[in-house]
Amino acid sequence: MTATLSHNTPEQALIVSHIDLGLQRRYRSERRFRAYGIAALTFGILCLVLLFSSIISRGYTAFEQTRITLKVDFDPAIVAPDGNRSAEAIMGGDAFRFDDLFSATVQKSLEISPDDEDGLYDALDLFSKGSSPMLRQMLAQDPALIGTTKDVEFYATGDVDSFVKGSIRADIPESQRNIKDKHIVLITKLKDSGALHLAFNTGLFTFGASTRPEVAGVGVAAIGSLYMMLVVLSLSLPLGVAGSIYLEEFAPKNRWTDLIEVNINNLAAVPSIVYGMLGLAVFINFAHLPRSASLVGGLVLTLTTLPTVIISTRAALKAVPPSIRDAGLGIGASKMQTVFHHVLPLAVPGILTGTIIGLAHALGETAPLLMIGMKAFVVDYPATPLDPATSLPTQIYMWATEPERAFIERTSAAIMVLLAFLLAMNSCAVLLRRMFERRW
Amino acid sequence: MGPLWLLALIAGLSLFGFAIGRWKSVALAREGRQPMAARPAHYGSFVLVWTAIPAVIVLILLSIGRPYIADHAVRAHLPDNVLADETNLSLAIANVEQVANGLKTVTPDEMQNIKIGVVTARSVFAKHGVPLAGDVEPYQLAAAISLNAIRATLSDITDVTVSLVTALCLVFAFIRIKPRLRARTAVERVILVLLILASSVAVLTTIGIVLSMLFQALHFFSMVSPANFFLGTVWDPRFAAAGSQESGQFGFLPLAWGTLFISFFAMLVAVPVGLFSAIYMSEYASSRVRSVAKPLLEILAGIPTIVYGFFALTTVGPAIRDYVAVPFGLGTSGNNVITAGLVMGIMLIPYVSSLSDDIITAVPRALRDGSLGLGATRSETVKQVVLPAALPGIVGAILLAASRAIGETMIVVLAAGVAANMSLNPFTEMTTITVKIVNQLTGDLEFTSPQTLVAFALGITLFVATLALNVLALTIVRKYREQYE
Repeated sequence: MTATLSHNTPEQALIVSHIDLGLQRRYRSERRFRAYGIAALTFGILCLVLLFSSIISRGYTAFEQTRITLKVDFDPAIVAPDGNRSAEAIMGGDAFRFDDLFSATVQKSLEISPDDEDGLYDALDLFSKGSSPMLRQMLAQDPALIGTTKDVEFYATGDVDSFVKGSIRADIPESQRNIKDKHIVLITKLKDSGALHLAFNTGLFTFGASTRPEVAGVGVAAIGSLYMMLVVLSLSLPLGVAGSIYLEEFAPKNRWTDLIEVNINNLAAVPSIVYGMLGLAVFINFAHLPRSASLVGGLVLTLTTLPTVIISTRAALKAVPPSIRDAGLGIGASKMQTVFHHVLPLAVPGILTGTIIGLAHALGETAPLLMIGMKAFVVDYPATPLDPATSLPTQIYMWATEPERAFIERTSAAIMVLLAFLLAMNSCAVLLRRMFERRW
Repeated sequence: MGPLWLLALIAGLSLFGFAIGRWKSVALAREGRQPMAARPAHYGSFVLVWTAIPAVIVLILLSIGRPYIADHAVRAHLPDNVLADETNLSLAIANVEQVANGLKTVTPDEMQNIKIGVVTARSVFAKHGVPLAGDVEPYQLAAAISLNAIRATLSDITDVTVSLVTALCLVFAFIRIKPRLRARTAVERVILVLLILASSVAVLTTIGIVLSMLFQALHFFSMVSPANFFLGTVWDPRFAAAGSQESGQFGFLPLAWGTLFISFFAMLVAVPVGLFSAIYMSEYASSRVRSVAKPLLEILAGIPTIVYGFFALTTVGPAIRDYVAVPFGLGTSGNNVITAGLVMGIMLIPYVSSLSDDIITAVPRALRDGSLGLGATRSETVKQVVLPAALPGIVGAILLAASRAIGETMIVVLAAGVAANMSLNPFTEMTTITVKIVNQLTGDLEFTSPQTLVAFALGITLFVATLALNVLALTIVRKYREQYE
């Protein structure tokens, strides 16, 4: 039937059209309708491609970073004027002596004459403001370096980094860019001598929040997210599975279970920001748990993922055929034994798939975390889930509102990291489903 | 001992209980005087359950009660003028708390110096890394000392009580093990209760949402009348300087308009694209196209909304501003209704398409064959037979997508702007309910000022609106679903 329709040749259509003059019009409308469908599908997929390409094209450069290698002469006269070379003496005392050390290094490497103060300041502009503290840290860790010379890799500022990568262009008017012509001369000089080079940006994965893009990273945020995922996993999996077992296997059909059922379906569609407000009112305002703690974030995300876990667990339990239960009961097992020894193990792949998908959703959730103060400037790694922490999506949110070019690049890179995690989790779920899916 | 140590103790004793319970039942069975009523593991679990559950309940009750007793102790030391000042009472108690924390760090010598007044407590605390806002009053010091003492006592009491309860229950359960004890039934009953408790967490969440928001919202409405809130056309919640009575205007209508306007554009994108994709995939596409296109579209639903927000902020917004809004003189902002609506629409495509796809696929083949057999084209079949049959489900899917659009936060926070406008021009900045909730609840919070509390009034309005849409959607799907069997 359908075959004849779709295999109509033009000649056949012509013959038929003698009988029904409307046929041409109807075929045209058929083709139009089909084209709408193709257009809609193409639009959707195009949006996906556009989204990914816009983020990747902005972000891939952030995985490399401009570094400048200079030969540092750890002059004892500058760093240890009193002759005390212990780590405490280095960390104590005047901080300016390390600025002096760094200035001397820059002066010597770039061959700036000691009288040219402006030239020195221009050159210092190229380096991250964290350079002299970095030298101090280095010496404190290894005081034996004093009196020696060593090649040290310094971070260039975010603006220099953007210029080297070409996202701040030299052909726009000088007044409109942060990198001036005098800086460009110095950059070219450093590049020609081989001191300035691009290296893999390991800091992106290890550093925490910073106002200086060159030393900002998602490491601290990732640990916060990890803590939250652990809390979510350890709470929502047992709670969700236990709740679904009751509803699916034991609950009598009455008003109460009906209410729970409607309730769970509704909770799955409640805006996530509402859960954040619940967390703020209950966990922080009422229970006095600390703000910005990953424990509270985990608790809130547990509530948001619980409906997903329950719905998928119930589907997995429902898919186990009744004959399994009958067999268990038939050989004398109690209802509880049947469920825990026979039904639940068969439903495990489905439950795990649903849980992983729920976790992936929780990992990308931002709005509820803003409510409980996870939008925080956190520099240090949180040691426990009660310490102030931030999460990958809130870090992305904070960076997204920074105007600097180097932060836009890092935001895109952080998004790529987040999407990579999500992709890995979802692939896990798909693999699990493929490997263990059973047809009864 | 902290609560974690207590929990570890309970866990350890319970596992020990499991072991000896099991051992005793095996020993009894070996005597063989009477057949055992349950398996050894059940006797073990019986002791485990009896050891752990009462102890955990006692621990939870004591942990809940402790702050109240401590609070009471602090109040006893506060002078009357501080107690009378209702608004600053919580601040005064928090100050005592700070002093108490500081006292924990000082050495006995320093303590002596503080008591006789040789040094100020503030400077000693600062040396130990506990900064205080002001000097320590004598009454604060006294209250803090008694607070620390009471806390220590309470902690000891908790430790002793919980340990005792655990041990007693362990012994009690162990003695009860006899061949005739129906351990399995007892254990299974406990498990069933735990399962019921787990399933009611969902209900508790809903109750928690409603109660927590309702109380704060009522508090807000005691300061700003509901009529002013729901019918006001100006949103201007000035963060008033401390002490001034000015509170600003909290008109809800501009936010509602912004929310609906943006959601309208989102639906304008999502419904046609989602619906036509669903129709194409279920009626026209070969199974190969379908197996590629369906997962691809569903990726859109898995992308976090913050990513969409960033996409709108950096790509779509500037593009619309530079190529549409500015050349036609419609607006100058990259943050506008069209951007937010368009990107939100993209996010909602899979919600509409996959639900509709399932519903369209569920329409039985016989209906299609009947229509095609009468000479209708495929599109006529879809339009006149399949869609009417699937309509309730599709309407449900669209309503669910609409409720997502209203509650969506990150896209509008980044792309819609913060200015509360009521305008018909979609190229202007507008703001939504969710944006304002985020604005009012990030930063410093003061749960006595209408500026913070208004967020809860907005929240409960949002909750009720989305709840109504969801219930409506579910009812339509349930009530009008065609039963084909």
